[in-house]
Amino acid sequence: MATRATEQQSITPYGATSRPGPGATSWETFTWWFMRVSGVALIFLAIIHLLVMHIINDVSATGYEFIANRYANPFWRVYDLLLLTLALLHGLNGLRIVTDDYIKHQGVRLAVQSLVFLMAVTFWLTGTLTIITFHR
Amino acid sequence: MYRGQSGQWSFFLHRLTGLGVLLFLLLHIVDITLAGFGPKVYDDSIKIFSTGVIRLASLALIASVLYHAFNGVRIILIDFWPAAHKYQREMFYAVLALSILCFLPMAYFVLAPIFGICPQHNCAASAAM
Repeated sequence: MATRATEQQSITPYGATSRPGPGATSWETFTWWFMRVSGVALIFLAIIHLLVMHIINDVSATGYEFIANRYANPFWRVYDLLLLTLALLHGLNGLRIVTDDYIKHQGVRLAVQSLVFLMAVTFWLTGTLTIITFHR
Repeated sequence: MYRGQSGQWSFFLHRLTGLGVLLFLLLHIVDITLAGFGPKVYDDSIKIFSTGVIRLASLALIASVLYHAFNGVRIILIDFWPAAHKYQREMFYAVLALSILCFLPMAYFVLAPIFGICPQHNCAASAAM
């Protein structure tokens, strides 16, 4: 994690890309792939979610009854669980990358990144509990 | 500094919109837990989301999601097809154009209920106070 950009990035004849280079750890390579795969999935998951909640329906019509009708179909619970999981991990991993760039002090970085990890667990459990336990 | 160059701006905007959407996501996870407290509590929270102020704020969310999504495709293209570097500036302008193009009709749908117009045909009577 402490390796800097020059060792991590691929330098192509055209310039640097964010693709992990030969110096990257397998963890960095894994998270790089995760960001691409989850990113592509989230384009569809998040934009469809926005369309359903703001364009097809007005936000004022998305109250308790709306959720109850929607969650009668398990498809939307699975959809929301997938959106929650991918968006949270994609977003918090993004935050981890940003902290990696700006926090140089090893101890502070470890503390901040532990907090980010704790946030991932807490928010994922909270969101999952809400989606799974909702009933009319 | 590469101030004013498109590569730098696209990077800055990608971080800014990403962190912004993450902040909203965390708030959104908290607000949906209110559904666990029954219809009264949850519907009250939806009334807050239906106010003009929050409608305006949600435009920032929609713009951020659109930009982050389209610029993400641009990043992936450059990662997997390094020759795309040559077109990174053109692709950045395409990302901006596409974001604005998608944003405008969505903004109309979100804001119209403030003015008593309901293109979704299911706005609550109390919408847009």
